[in-house]
Amino acid sequence: MTKDAKKDIIMRAEKLNYIYSRDTAFEHYAVKDVSFDIKNEEFIGIIGHTGSGKSTLIQHMNGLIKATSGKIFFHDTDIYSEGYDMKKLRQKVGLVFQYPEHQLFEIDVLTDVCFGPKNQGLDDEQAKERARYALSIVDIPENFYKKSPFELSGGQKRRVAIAGVLAMKPEILVLDEPTAGLDPRGRDEILDKVSQLRESEHMSVVLVSHSMEDVAKYVDRLMVMSDGRKVFDDTPKVIFRHYKELEKIGLSAPQITYIIKRLREEGLDLDEGITTIEEAREAILGLLKNNKGLDDI
Amino acid sequence: MGIIKAAKLIFEYISRDEQDNIDEVSRAIDNLDLDIKEGDFVAILGHNGSGKSTFAKHINAILLPTEGTVWVSGMDTADDSSLLNIRKTVGMVFQNPDNQIIGNIVEEDVAFGPENIGVTTDDIWKRVDESLKAVGMTAYRLKSPNKLSGGQKQRVAIAGIMAMKPKCIVLDEPTAMLDPNGRKEVINTVRQLNEQENITVVLITHYMEEVIKADRVIVMDDGNIVMDGTPTEIFSHVDELKRYRLDVPQVTELAHELKMAGLDLPEGILDIDEFVKYLMPAIKQGIKQ
Amino acid sequence: MIRDITLGQYYPVDSVLHRLDPRVKLFGTMIFLIALFIGDSVPGYILSTAFLLGVILLSKVPFKFMVRGLKTVVLLLLVSVGFNIFLTEGDVVFKIWIFKATRQGIILALFMGLRLIYLMIGSSVMTLTTTPNALTDGLEKGLGFLKVIKVPVHEIAMMMSIALRFIPVLIEETDKIMKAQMARGADFEKGNLIQKAKAMIPLLVPLFISAFRRATDLAMAMEARCYHGGAGRTKMKPLIYKKADYIAYCVLFIYLFAAIALGILF
Repeated sequence: MTKDAKKDIIMRAEKLNYIYSRDTAFEHYAVKDVSFDIKNEEFIGIIGHTGSGKSTLIQHMNGLIKATSGKIFFHDTDIYSEGYDMKKLRQKVGLVFQYPEHQLFEIDVLTDVCFGPKNQGLDDEQAKERARYALSIVDIPENFYKKSPFELSGGQKRRVAIAGVLAMKPEILVLDEPTAGLDPRGRDEILDKVSQLRESEHMSVVLVSHSMEDVAKYVDRLMVMSDGRKVFDDTPKVIFRHYKELEKIGLSAPQITYIIKRLREEGLDLDEGITTIEEAREAILGLLKNNKGLDDI
Repeated sequence: MGIIKAAKLIFEYISRDEQDNIDEVSRAIDNLDLDIKEGDFVAILGHNGSGKSTFAKHINAILLPTEGTVWVSGMDTADDSSLLNIRKTVGMVFQNPDNQIIGNIVEEDVAFGPENIGVTTDDIWKRVDESLKAVGMTAYRLKSPNKLSGGQKQRVAIAGIMAMKPKCIVLDEPTAMLDPNGRKEVINTVRQLNEQENITVVLITHYMEEVIKADRVIVMDDGNIVMDGTPTEIFSHVDELKRYRLDVPQVTELAHELKMAGLDLPEGILDIDEFVKYLMPAIKQGIKQ
Repeated sequence: MIRDITLGQYYPVDSVLHRLDPRVKLFGTMIFLIALFIGDSVPGYILSTAFLLGVILLSKVPFKFMVRGLKTVVLLLLVSVGFNIFLTEGDVVFKIWIFKATRQGIILALFMGLRLIYLMIGSSVMTLTTTPNALTDGLEKGLGFLKVIKVPVHEIAMMMSIALRFIPVLIEETDKIMKAQMARGADFEKGNLIQKAKAMIPLLVPLFISAFRRATDLAMAMEARCYHGGAGRTKMKPLIYKKADYIAYCVLFIYLFAAIALGILF
C-alpha cells in the first residue's frame, strides 16, 4: 500500500455542501461538508443506505450537480472557475447511472456506443474506433454490433451501456450500483471486469454499492455516507471493524466479519481485519498448520 | 394435489416477422412438473432467463401453457370461467414497485383488488384495514405512493394482494430493485404472512440469504427444475449451484472451502451458529492429529 | 428542480367545501362560469363577487393560494385588457402615440379582466378543495349518464387516474435520462431549433420505451389483481350525496336564477 501514497491525486473535493429546496420548509442537506480525493488507478467504494446522499455526491464529480458551496479540483483546476469546460469534464469523469441500459436509444449497438465519442467531436471513423475498443473491453463480440440494443439480454444491455461511457476514455469511471437486478454470476462478471479496467486502462474507479461483500472483495478504499455526511473513509478492513457503528446507520459488515467475530469469541486467534472468504479460509487453515491460538479451548 | 400443480408444462415464446410468419420459437419452459403444498414457503432460484418468471406468470394465468396443464386449487388455469377465482386464490407481486401501484393514495391502491371483485364497501374498508396492518403500513395509509421508499411500496403491493384474501402469494423478484434494508422489510413481511396467516408463498429471487429459511428450494435452469429440496440439501451442492450461475451465502461457501481443504464439516451449513458449532470440534480434531 | 413540480394544487384543510361531493363542486364551477357570462353588468358582477367571496371564506384556503394561479395568465390578462382599452371605438379619454383609450374600452376591459380573474379564482377554488382523485371520481359518476350513448366513462376516468399517478414518476424518469445522456456529452441547450430538436432524440426514445414498459407492467399487474373493466366493480369510497350537498345544490340554483334574472333586467 505504500505505492498508493505516491499515486497522483486526480480529483480533490473540499467541503462540498448541497442543499435541496433551499429557503423553503423542505430545505435539507443532501451532501454536507464532504471532502475527498481520488488518486490515479484507485478503486474506491461508496456505501450508504438510500437517501444517504451518495447518488447526489457522485453527480458532483462530473459536474451534473453544482455544489451549493465548496470546491472541486480536477487535475488541480477548479471546475467551478469561470469558463471551465464542463463537457470535457463529463468525458474525463465517466458516470454510469443505475440501470444504464435504460438510456440506450440508437438503432444498433455500435451506433449507440458512438454517441459519447461523437459528442466529444470525433469524426465517424474515430468514434467507431472508440466504440469497438469499448465494446471489446466489456466482451461484446463483433456479431452484436449491428443488432438492436433492445434485442439483447439484460446483462448484455448493461455492458453495452457501460461501453457507451468507456468509449469516451474517461480517467475516472463512476458506477452507480452497476449490478442491480443481475443474477449472481452476472454481478461477479461486471465487477471482475470493472476491477480489471483500472489496471488495463489505468482508470480510477468509483463504485457505489449496496453489497458489503462486493466492496470488501474489490475496493481499496471505502467511503461510508450517512445523512449527507461522510462518516468513514478508510480501507474496508478498518471500516468493517466498526461494524457496530455501521449498524447504527442502517448498514452492516460482510457476513465474514461476523463469522470471524464469533470465532474470536470462541477463542480462535484470528485477525479482526479479515473480510473475504479467501482470507478467512487461509487464516483458519493457518491456525491448524501452526497449532496455535487454541490454548484456551 | 397441492395448491399449485404443473404437469408436463411447456411454454414457447413465438416471435413473428413483418409478414406474420413464425420467425423464431424459443422454449422458456420445457416439460416442467411441480406440485406445491398448501402453507409452504417455496423459493425458486435460477439465473436470468432460466424460465422462473415465465413459470410464475402461469400460476396467475397471465400466461397460458403452450402444452401441459397448470392447476391452482384444482382449477385449470386454461379454463376461462375460473379466471377470476384463480386470481383471487393466487396473488402476484412483481419486481418493479412503481409499476404495480395503481392508486394515488396508499389505502385506495390496496382497495383496488377488492373493488374489482365486487366486495361491498364496508367489507372493503375492513379488508384494507386488516391488510395494511398485516404488512405494517397502517401509518402510511393516506400517503401518496410516490412518497414511499421501495420497500414500503412493495409492502403496499403485498397489502393489495392480501386484501383479496388469497391462499397463495407469488412474488417475482420483489427485492431485485431494493436496497438491503428494503429487502429485509419485504422478506420479513412475507415470512410473517406465511407463518401467521398460513399463506402459501412462492418467492422468486436472486438473493441466496432470502431463501435459507424457506421450506423448500427449487432451482430452475433452461426452463426446467434441476434441483429441488430443503435449503440445507440445496446448499450442500455449492459447485453445482455455481454452475447454474448462482451463489451461496458466505458462511456456506467458507464451510465448503474448509471441507474441501480436509476439515470435518458437513455440507449445507446455512448460518453462523451452525458453522461455529461444527467448526470448533473440527479444529480441535485437526490439532490432535 | 424538476422534481419540485407537484401536480394539482390541493390544499389540505378540513372545510365545508372540502367535504362537498366532487360532483357538486364540478357543477358549481360550471354554474359560476355560466353566471359570469350572462351576468355581464354591474349588479351581475356584484352578485358573482358575493358568491365568490362566500365560497372563498367557506373553503378556509388562504387567499394567496387563490391568486397564485393568476400568475400563469398574467400575460393573457394584460393583452386582452390592452386590446379592449385601445381597440374599442368610443369617447377618447387619453392617447398614447397612435393608440386611443376610450371610456367604453376601459369599462369593457375592466369587465373582461374581472371575468378572467374570477374564472381563474373560481376554478382554483375547486382544485384547491378537491383532490385529483375525487375529481376523477366525480367525473366518472357525474358523467355516468353518458354511458348510455357508449362513451367509455369508466375507462376515461381510469386513464385520468393512472395518468395522475404516473406523471410524477415520468417527470423523475425524464430528469434521470437527461442526466445520463448529459454524462455521455449530450447537450440539450446548444444550437438552433433543428439541432435542439435532434438533441431530444436520445431523451425521447428511452422515455417512450420506458413509458411502454411501465404500461405493459401495469396492465399485467392490474390483470393479476382481477381488473376486468368497470362492470361489477364496487367502490371503497362511493360518492353518496349528503345533506350538505343538497343544500349546496339549492344555493347553486338560487345563484343561477338570480344571475339569469339580473342578466335579463340589466
